Parts: sequence; structure tokens; C-alpha cells
Amino acid sequence: MSIPYLSVRDLSVSFLTGTGAFYAIDGISFDLARGEILALVGESGSGKSMTSLSIMKLLPTVAQMSGRIEIEGQDISAFGRRQMEDVRGARIGMIFQEPMTSLNPVLTIARQMTEGPMRHNGISRREALATAYTSLEDVGIPEPDRVLAQYPHQLSGGMRQRIMIAAALALRPGILIADEPTTALDVTVQSQVLDLLVDLKSRSGSGILLITHDIGVVAETADRVAVMRGGRILETGTVDEVLRSPQHDYTKALLASHLTVDKGLKQRDAEVEGARP
Amino acid sequence: MMSNPVLKIEGLRKSFTANRRTVHALNGVSLVLHRSETLGIIGESGSGKSTLGRIAVGLDTPTAGELHIEGMRIDTLPPPVRREKLRQCQMIFQDPYSSLNPRLTVGRQIGEGLFARGERDWQAINMTVANLLERVGLKREFAERYPHEFSGGQRQRIAVARALAPNPQIVVADEPVSALDVSIQAQILDLLADLKKDGNLSYLFISHDMAVVARLCDRIAVMHRGRIVECGPVRAVIENPQHPYTRNLLDAVPRFGRRRTGQKPVPVRLPQHSDGDTFMTVAEGHTVLQSAGSL
Repeated sequence: MSIPYLSVRDLSVSFLTGTGAFYAIDGISFDLARGEILALVGESGSGKSMTSLSIMKLLPTVAQMSGRIEIEGQDISAFGRRQMEDVRGARIGMIFQEPMTSLNPVLTIARQMTEGPMRHNGISRREALATAYTSLEDVGIPEPDRVLAQYPHQLSGGMRQRIMIAAALALRPGILIADEPTTALDVTVQSQVLDLLVDLKSRSGSGILLITHDIGVVAETADRVAVMRGGRILETGTVDEVLRSPQHDYTKALLASHLTVDKGLKQRDAEVEGARP
Repeated sequence: MMSNPVLKIEGLRKSFTANRRTVHALNGVSLVLHRSETLGIIGESGSGKSTLGRIAVGLDTPTAGELHIEGMRIDTLPPPVRREKLRQCQMIFQDPYSSLNPRLTVGRQIGEGLFARGERDWQAINMTVANLLERVGLKREFAERYPHEFSGGQRQRIAVARALAPNPQIVVADEPVSALDVSIQAQILDLLADLKKDGNLSYLFISHDMAVVARLCDRIAVMHRGRIVECGPVRAVIENPQHPYTRNLLDAVPRFGRRRTGQKPVPVRLPQHSDGDTFMTVAEGHTVLQSAGSL
């Protein structure tokens, strides 16, 4: 097997508190290859978002990080600020839960989408605009020209998230970190964005690290899954393995508490039956 | 049971004007909520479901339409009388972090509802508050504490206790479990179901989450662009959806055993509705809006 694009080894992140060190991430390891979707799934406080911030080196300065993070075999864990600027965007793209807070409200979409490519690829504004146009078409935006001239507040949540994805992918990063990318979206829009991510994975060959709390989303989109809790990865495997025959008790509990429409109807029926004299 | 609905809404309309543009949040919504029934209002952002809930508890006033509580039309009553009547309707909000006052003890903010109802003896109020805390699965002593001392799930229990304090007939819950982790969600849903068992309580349960609605509701009303497009018993609507929007919504819900192939989805043309649209009865109690511009 070839070297994975991203390799994380014994990653720990701790914060010094009054009562000693608190480990937000406690020695996790995983690999992500191009063209695959790895889901990090867990509840709030499990450390899944901390993991993405550590890979991007966007942790608060008070955080202590240890372990190795390799991109195509190169250890980036000791990279400084300048070096990281070349990694972020170009080699690892990132999209966040709330596209409104990650887009700059006072700049047009055109301006925000050309900044990255102009910086990383050293291309002219005109070339960058052409790329932005194609990227917007790629994510299924009907009139790229119109959208490029607009400001974030003029667009719907789904459109904004498509723009974030387009902007991230315009730089052709080896992997894309998507941190709860559909959590703030309506379910029909979520469905479109998930289709888009899967489509882009197969077309561009980027790997996707999908961070989510929603096992339903994992089941439909991920190839592999790592279950996190308390800063540790408790179980990892292919989606089929983990969801069909979970080994760890916590995974079992997580699956049991995941409410589906069918399960909801059954639980309700049982209750109605029980209430009948 | 069917004869006397606790809440009846007729032809409700609500428009907002912002930047010289008028937005029609509700375009003629009619519904009934029966005693000890849970009616789910499901829809996406902008469907008008939250506006509907706010009007039902008196946080907003309708532009047009009628609001009846226990057979009495209340939207035409003078404000003080209306407020009195609206005490029958209490609300639980989505975010238990912002809906509780951080500077008041839990007991105080639950007790305020009793005080507003006319109870003046704080000893009696405190006794009732402690009982309420127990009823929602918390300890009696918690009354002395402040909201920040509690987890999200516990805070939502406190919000439930506060809603129940004035002994309402109707509780409007607007996305009450959406901000919670799944394991906590299940506990709050169980609690809401339990509370209904021993009383006359009725819920208007507003949610975007089909699974949560399936778990708790007797009937559901699907909202789209300020209108109810389909309404019926929960199983009937979920298993035999008639309106294209309902089908679209159900199909979008992630499920096990289905994989996304990454094909470009065909953009769905959403139906257009107009005021002339009529409801067709599919089965007993199951109605669907006949949108002219359907798929």
C-alpha cells in the first residue's frame, strides 16, 4: 500500500488547568488516503474538532501539542507559521460548520475566492477569477457570475457552504477537512451538499476528513469511520464493520441512541400500546 | 375528544416588513390541537413553523386569522384578558443556554410563573418548584443553584419545569432537542412523553427532525413557505407521503443502508402554492394541499 496522504501518530493536545493537565486529545493515530472519506464521529467534547484544529495548527496558543502529523511522508508538526501558510489551503483545505462566520462579510465572493489561488499559485486576478468561475460551476452553482459579485449575506446557507467548498477545492488540496459541514443546513440542503462532497471526492481524488456527530451522515458517505470519545479513538474500521458489528460498548451505545424515523415510529407505538389499559 | 380542541388556529397570516420588502411568513395556516395530543410541525428554515409557535404562545401577533384556546377566540380580546388566557400556552425554546436567565436561581425563574399566576406565598411557591424539579428528573435542592452549574440536558429539564409551572394546557416546544447530543436528546424526548401521560397536557412540537417527530407526535403537519402542505397521523404521513415536498423532505433524511453515489442530484423544483389551493383528503384525518404548480 502506498503512503497515506495524511498520517497522524500519537497526537495529544493538552491544556494546563488549575488541577493539572487536561487532555483534549489523548494519543490518537489515523491515516487518510486520497479519494477516501474518513469520518471522525463523536459527541460534543469528544475531541473531534480539536483534531482538525491540530492538523491545521489552529489551536489556541495555550494548548500543548505532541505527536506527529505527516503529509505525504513529511512531518509538519514542527512547522512554523510561514511554513503552515503554505500547507493550509494548498495541501489541506478546510470547511467549517457555519459558512457565514468563515466568509468575510465585507468582501465580495469574487474577492474571497481569488485571494487563495493568487497567493498560492501566483496567478493573476483574471486567471484566478476564471478558476473561481469554474469552481463555482463544479459545485453546482447556476449563475457563477452573479454569485461572484455578491456578498455573503445575500446568499442562502446552502449556497454559502457550496462557495466554501468551491473555494477550498479551487486550490486542489490533497485532503479536505470538513468539520460538521452540514449541521447548520436544512435537511434537503444537507442532502445536496453531501452528494456534492461524495461527487467531488471521486472526481478530484481528494481525501476527506469528515467530522460529524451524525451517524446517519456517516453511514451514507464515509468509507471508514473512527469513533471518538474523551479525546481517544475507541474504534476504527470500514463503515460496514463499525456500523454493522460495533465492537466497543460506546459505539454500541452511540448506535443505539441514534434515532431514525423507523425507530422513532416504533418507540412511539410501543409507548401508545403501553399507555392503553 | 375530537369535539373540543384546546387550540384552534384559523386562516393565520403573518407578514413582516424589512427594508421596504414584505415577507409573508404565514400564508393562511389552519390547524387544531386536541387535548392530550402531540401535534408535530415539521418544516425547514423559513417555512414559518417558528412564527406559528410564537403566535400560539402570544409572543407575536398575527396579521390576520383567528386563535382559539379552549373554545374561546382570544385574538380579539383586550390585551390583559388575552394575556391571562395565553398563560395556558407555555413555551420551551431550542437553546437552554440562552433561554434561562443566568443571574437568577433556577428556583426563582421557575417560581416566577407561579407568581405571575397570582400565587404570592413564596413558601408555597418553593414547594411547588421543588415538586416540579422532581417531576422533570432533577433534585429538589437544585432550586438554589444557577443555570451555569448545569449541563445542557439538565438546563433543558429546567426549561421544561419552568414551562410547566403555570400549569398550562398547551406547551409549544420549538426544536427543544436540536442543540443536544443524541443520548441526551433521547432522555428529553422520554421526559416529554412521560409528562404527557399523567395529565391533560397537549404539545405543539416544532422540529426540522423527522426522526424526533416520529418518536413523539400523534399527528404531524408539514409546513412549506408559510403553508401546511400535508397533515395527518404520523405513520400515515411518513409511510404514505402525498405532497411532493413531504416526499422530498423524507427522502433527504440520512439513513442506514443507503450510499450516496456522488451523482449530481437533479435539482428538485419545489411546488408553488397559492391562496386558491385546496386540501384533498387522502384517508381519514390525512389531508394534502393540492398545489397547482406541483412537480
